[in-house]
Amino acid sequence: MISFNHVTKSFGEKITAIDDVDFTVEEGKIVVLLGPSGCGKTTLLRMVNQLESITKGEIVINGENSKDLDPIELRRKIGYVIQSNGLFPNMTIEENVMLVPDLLGWNKKKKRERFEYLMKLIGLDPKDYGKRYPHELSGGQQQRIGVVRALAADPPVMLMDEPFGALDPIIRDKIQEEFLQIQREVKKTILFVSHDIDEAIKMADKIVLLRDGKIMQFDTPSEMLAHPKNEFVSQFFGKDRAIKSLSLHTVENLREVIGLGPVDESIQDTKTIHIHQDLRNTLSMLLNQEADQVIVKDEQDENIGTITIDLVQKYLHFEIKGKMSASQEG
Amino acid sequence: MKRKKLIGSIVRYALYAAVAAFFIWAISNSYFDYIFSQSETFLVLLRQHVVLVLVSSLLAILIAVPAGILITRPKFKKAEWIFSNIANLGQTIPSLAVLALMISVLGIGFRTAVFALFIYSILPIFRNTVAGIDSIDKNMIDAAKGMGMKPHQILFRIELPNSAYSILAGIRTAVVLNIGTAALAYVVGAGGLGVWIFTGINLFDNGFLISGAIPVTLLAILADYILRKVEYIVVPKGSRRIEKA
Amino acid sequence: MEKWARFLEVNSSRILELTIDHAILVSLAIFVALLIGIPLGIYLTTNQYLADTVLQIASITLTIPSIALFGVMIPIFSLINQGIGFVPAFVALVLYSQLPIIRNTYTGIKNVNPEMRDAAIGMGMKTRQRLLRVEIPNALPVIMAGVRTAVVMNIGIAVIAAYIGAGGLGVLITQGISRNDNYLIISGSIAVAILAIIADAILLLIQKRFTKKAIAE
Ligand SMILES: Nc1ncnc2c1ncn2[C@@H]1O[C@H](COP(=O)(O)OP(=O)(O)O)[C@@H](O)[C@H]1O
Ligand SMILES: [Mg+2]
Repeated sequence: MISFNHVTKSFGEKITAIDDVDFTVEEGKIVVLLGPSGCGKTTLLRMVNQLESITKGEIVINGENSKDLDPIELRRKIGYVIQSNGLFPNMTIEENVMLVPDLLGWNKKKKRERFEYLMKLIGLDPKDYGKRYPHELSGGQQQRIGVVRALAADPPVMLMDEPFGALDPIIRDKIQEEFLQIQREVKKTILFVSHDIDEAIKMADKIVLLRDGKIMQFDTPSEMLAHPKNEFVSQFFGKDRAIKSLSLHTVENLREVIGLGPVDESIQDTKTIHIHQDLRNTLSMLLNQEADQVIVKDEQDENIGTITIDLVQKYLHFEIKGKMSASQEG
Repeated sequence: MKRKKLIGSIVRYALYAAVAAFFIWAISNSYFDYIFSQSETFLVLLRQHVVLVLVSSLLAILIAVPAGILITRPKFKKAEWIFSNIANLGQTIPSLAVLALMISVLGIGFRTAVFALFIYSILPIFRNTVAGIDSIDKNMIDAAKGMGMKPHQILFRIELPNSAYSILAGIRTAVVLNIGTAALAYVVGAGGLGVWIFTGINLFDNGFLISGAIPVTLLAILADYILRKVEYIVVPKGSRRIEKA
Repeated sequence: MEKWARFLEVNSSRILELTIDHAILVSLAIFVALLIGIPLGIYLTTNQYLADTVLQIASITLTIPSIALFGVMIPIFSLINQGIGFVPAFVALVLYSQLPIIRNTYTGIKNVNPEMRDAAIGMGMKTRQRLLRVEIPNALPVIMAGVRTAVVMNIGIAVIAAYIGAGGLGVLITQGISRNDNYLIISGSIAVAILAIIADAILLLIQKRFTKKAIAE
């Protein structure tokens, strides 16, 4: 758990980068710091591991005031991932990933096992990739290594500063999925910086929307989309925030509310979709292909029904727009 | 493609031929004879030369590398540009003058030459150490800090390995220059192979010229070659740069 | 201070004269070096085999100590009765300048953004037009950096050339050594240093003037 208690950060007399920020990241949750460039996301993140000092207020990490902790000790217990992955070119992938365990004095066997476990998490062969150097990996692979390096010593808390920002959209999407998958297994307390609305909606349990160092709103993504607190928030998410919020719902949600269409055995060659897929992706899949329906498969890979643009539209209308209530409608 | 390869080969073999022709010409005119007829003197001069270079280079490395590391620490960062500019200015002063001016401070002899060579070698090593450390991506250092590495761990595990290439290149430059400058040590009476070169100039004796100049040249080329090999071994594989010539 | 004033009163015109000699020797050498090095560097971008060979030769040349190179050149140039004086010094300076000039021209042009090159080809530019309008202007900062290295280096090497009778500011230093006169040595070194600094500054200025039009790096 990370609590920010009325935290303020000034650079010199004039610049107040963070202004009286107050919120809590619950244990095992992802909170995304979202906002336009220069709003103070990076500064706020770096105050947690004391790469920036705190001007006023305090940050409490798992019950301990960060001021009372030794910065070196503290940082070894916090995973830190940055955009330009920060891998060390002079070290092999294994040396990079095992750096913190090494600093902590783990023995060889323990390091070896941990490395193999971590590489399996991201689907890279530890034998092959372990001996390579960072420049021998693709951008996406490097970023994955950056993530598992932060996970190496199993820190309870992770700080991630636009970790996927430099990747192209398709790879970014994949790594986000993969990371959420890992998070379901490791359940870290994560503070995640992003300037990408879609990424924030996808990754966040809660979003902190910042502007000029002040919190505009601190809420779950669906609350924020449905009930923006002020003009800035609704503008920031844009007119299409109803569609954006589709990514918070899955095919399963739709089935529970309005049910799927019947499976028509006569239609061949239709694409299939998994029941846990989010509705935004489902919609774009429907729009991108010629057939106006796709078959839904459940966990056992059985066909359980079909989904159409009509159904998604209906769901959007009743479930999402309906709940956006009286707030500024887009 | 074929034609281009041919041109390349012609140039290469023409050069080999020119070098071979030079040696045949020099040998047939007995220009190398002093090396054999006065082999004892030659060995003394060669030893003086090598000792001058080794002692002054080692001292320079011992001073310049730590100095470069120190000046790039956050505490001294502000002083960096002053020292770098002094180093740049210093390099415009002719090596001959540095040697000559040391005479009035330390008198004539071996110590004077070593000191002058040492002073002159500090500059390239210092400059390259600073440049190498400064060129490291700040994000990398940030990541290292964020992972909880202590300053000395960052220095030895990240900064030095990743600037090794630049530091070693500075040392190589300094040593090769030093071999040439040591040939001027004659003017401060410190011996070295320069003695024969200057004797050759003064007496218009081609034998002394060649017997002095060729060994100095070979020494420089050999040092360059060895130090490049050392670079290749020492610089970590992942941070080797693709740089030629 | 007073002694300096007296020294300069007597010697300033001679210092100036030697400075000019020094500058002329270096400028001529650089001029010829550019005439050889830049076309060669450009040609090398089209012939990898030759490039490897030439850059290797140039790099070995640069490791040869200057006094040793002079020592080798005296006997060779004696064959045409030019053993000492301007000619060997001039040839040595041209040789030493080759590596920085050729290498920087070569890498500068090699590193021109390939998309830019493709665009130029796509627009139907001929090789010559492409070189003059796209590749050389874009490589200019790198080429100029090589020229600056060569000039500053040569100003230093030309000092040693005084020993083989090539004149220039080295004369003040060598005379200072033989007469045990520190005034001569110091004034000679300062003049060399100032010459190097001014030459570098002028070249930097030229580089900026030309690149402003072409590209902002
Ligand atoms: N070291 C610093 N000195 C002065 N101002 C800074 C410093 N670091 C950040 N700032 C300022 O603080 C504000 C927030 O920066 P940052 O946290 O990097 O924003 P973000 O990550 O949201 O883009 C910006 O206005 C920036 O200029
Ligand atoms: Mg930022």
